[in-house]
Amino acid sequence: MGRYFRQRTLQSALSLFGLIVLVFFLARLTGNPADLLLPVDTPQSVRDEFSARHGFDQPMIVQFGRYLIELTQLDMGYSLRDGHPALDHVLAAFPTTLLLSFWAMLISLTIAIVTGSIAAWRPGGLFDRIASLISLAGASVPNFWIAIVGVLIFAVWYRVLPTSGTGTPLHWVLPVAVLFIRPCGVLTQVVRSSMIAALSAPYTKTARARGVRTRTVIFGHALRNAMLPVVTVAGDQAAGMINGAVIAETIFGFPGVGRLLIDSIMFRDFAVIQAAVMVTAIAIFFLNIGIDIIYAILDPRVRHG
Amino acid sequence: MTQSLLEVSDLSVRFHSRGTIVDAVKNVSWRLDRGETLAILGESGSGKSVSAAAVMGLIDIPPGEIVSGRIIFGGENILNLPLAAREEINGKRIAMIFQDTLAALNPVYTVGHQITESMTAHGVERGEAKRRAVGLINRVGIAEPERRFNDYPHQFSGGQRQRIMIAAAIAMEPDVLIADEPTSALDVTVQAGILKLLKKLQAENGMGILMITHDIGVASEVADKVAVMSQGEVVEQGDIRSVLDAPRHPYTQRLLEAVPGRRGYLQTGATAGDLLLEVKGLSKFYDLTSGLLKTATGRKIRALDDVSLSLSKGEVLGIVGESGSGKSTLVNALLGLIEPTAGEVLFRGQSMLLEDQTAMRALRRRIQVVFQDPTASLNPRMSVARIISEPWAIHDSVLPRGQWPGRVAELLEQVGLSPDHAARYPHQFSGGQRQRIAIARALALQPEVIICDEAVSALDVSIQAQIIELLKDLKRQHGLSYLFIAHDLPVVRDFADRTIVMQSGQVVESGRTQDVFERPQHPYTQNLLASRPKEERHRGRALETLK
Repeated sequence: MGRYFRQRTLQSALSLFGLIVLVFFLARLTGNPADLLLPVDTPQSVRDEFSARHGFDQPMIVQFGRYLIELTQLDMGYSLRDGHPALDHVLAAFPTTLLLSFWAMLISLTIAIVTGSIAAWRPGGLFDRIASLISLAGASVPNFWIAIVGVLIFAVWYRVLPTSGTGTPLHWVLPVAVLFIRPCGVLTQVVRSSMIAALSAPYTKTARARGVRTRTVIFGHALRNAMLPVVTVAGDQAAGMINGAVIAETIFGFPGVGRLLIDSIMFRDFAVIQAAVMVTAIAIFFLNIGIDIIYAILDPRVRHG
Repeated sequence: MTQSLLEVSDLSVRFHSRGTIVDAVKNVSWRLDRGETLAILGESGSGKSVSAAAVMGLIDIPPGEIVSGRIIFGGENILNLPLAAREEINGKRIAMIFQDTLAALNPVYTVGHQITESMTAHGVERGEAKRRAVGLINRVGIAEPERRFNDYPHQFSGGQRQRIMIAAAIAMEPDVLIADEPTSALDVTVQAGILKLLKKLQAENGMGILMITHDIGVASEVADKVAVMSQGEVVEQGDIRSVLDAPRHPYTQRLLEAVPGRRGYLQTGATAGDLLLEVKGLSKFYDLTSGLLKTATGRKIRALDDVSLSLSKGEVLGIVGESGSGKSTLVNALLGLIEPTAGEVLFRGQSMLLEDQTAMRALRRRIQVVFQDPTASLNPRMSVARIISEPWAIHDSVLPRGQWPGRVAELLEQVGLSPDHAARYPHQFSGGQRQRIAIARALALQPEVIICDEAVSALDVSIQAQIIELLKDLKRQHGLSYLFIAHDLPVVRDFADRTIVMQSGQVVESGRTQDVFERPQHPYTQNLLASRPKEERHRGRALETLK
């Protein structure tokens, strides 16, 4: 376990460094923040002073070197907009996104496992055909479209759901819906197909030949094996939640990392962009380790391999 | 007439699939008594497994349909029982073991769990079941049962897994044990151990065993009675000796005729022909590595260890060995698919391990290969014509494109297929026909040596015999030489001039086939030959006495 963890950390550290390089330089391609943050008629001397104060007048490579040095001291810089530490902004927004993703994943998985399993029981049956159609639609619909149509129906026509803020549980309904529908559709299809395979696998037949009760055959033998590919895909989907979160949080005015990221990009608030990407990447790193651990628990062949 | 332990009468089962109906078994009847072993003998597609599946209630309805018949067990027709009553019988009074042990045991549970489960499912208290499971693991001959209890299926060898399956099956002391090809995937020495174990257990608790097999040797080893099945029907049944010694039905006669190991040895012996292929001191070691940077641990796996052999023109060299003996590594090294650690491969005195790609390719042409599984070795998306002409596209100097169709037709005829098969695809052929296509492809480059890597192992005996005949014909016509690799001893005995025996990457014995089979020197060869079912030994000897 220790060796595994060291290997994974090393691999991830390399990817993380690549990401840092990429984000640092891509963000700076958007232009000088001074052009955005200062009034249009600001004299050049003031602009220069602004750039000098934040180090934007230095060669790119020097800026990058300084950034790396600060990073080793866990200093991710300060927001250009309000002067607060960038990391504080990100950490304040992060729990909201985490909670949003957690609910979306939980609902996706629950619906997917139940629906997929029932559909697999009689492949080609009525339930299977309806479930397959709906899950295919769910997996194919773009997030923003769900968001817009959701707002139109539930907020504009029926006025039952609020469209922005986080005050009440009702505020969470539309954002969670935007996030969960796609993963739910994808996962339902994965559960269905891996469950069909597991139900016709020889070990399932052996269990039946042993006189094991049908319920144990389905939930004990088939479902546990069928969960292996589901865990892998669920991990990918959970990592992809950040994409959805950018859309959902922006549309519904949700104070999460997704919206923070978009706002910071708009304002060329480099330090915050970098911090947000960093924290998200680290979160995904831990998510992947979690997935690997779950996988190893479920599949002894991985544990001993 | 006393009542049988298990009696199947007039059973017909059909399967519906996409509008077509397949009658899998037609009016099949057989009976099994206490302490007795009935073998259901048949080739693939004969329906031999279907009646057993019906006994276990394992036929999914739909697509299956039980058209007629009764299965009487314990005085009642178990086909009519509700599911709960069936679950009560399965595993407790009738148990079953399967062929593919890796797939048939659930990979995510310990073997202990799976043995225990077959008891807890029938009301045995968990602690008691665990205690008994350890005893069972011991009883089926696996050492350190307490420790192995918590191991997973993949941590066992194939033979051990079959023992585990048997342990789970006999846990409730069933009246009937159904064994569906229990040893077909195992090496011959391991097979002997499993068959012995089954007989021992039967002697201990008097269960009736239903042995489903394609292997006449296995049937004769364990069975008292036999039912021979062909195309869904029982064509002949009765006492095993009388059926095997004096078969009445033409199908049984043909089947027995096809069984290898019954013909005399090829007496060509040492051929005077030119030396074609020479392998000198061929070795392939794999370094065991560990860690992220794959640092060598200093330990090596010796997949091939100083192997030398030679093959002359018109000769058949049999290479025999069990799994892990290095046969496949040898083939891969000869084909240039892996680079050997040491040693030489010479073709007509010229090294095959050349740097020069063009010269190398010209040499490679001379050696072609036919693999075990024609379903896997023929590209399903290519027509037969494309499959056979593909080698000409690679070795473009051999045949001008205009002559391809004519040559494909010729080759198809040579391997016993029809020229108009060229436009079809592999899935439209049977296993034996596919192997003929693979042979036609190997012939396309007019090789001098064909490596048959378990080329007949996956085929039914009657098809096997036909393919061997074809190989013999081709050898006569083209003066071909074969490296004939097999784990199946009787086939080699019939077909090879000389035989070498491999174990753990080394050649432990080599000589004229007759000498190797009759006067084996190495203990491993002796053990290998002694493990064959006695039917094979019996027939082999009977034939020698005749001569």
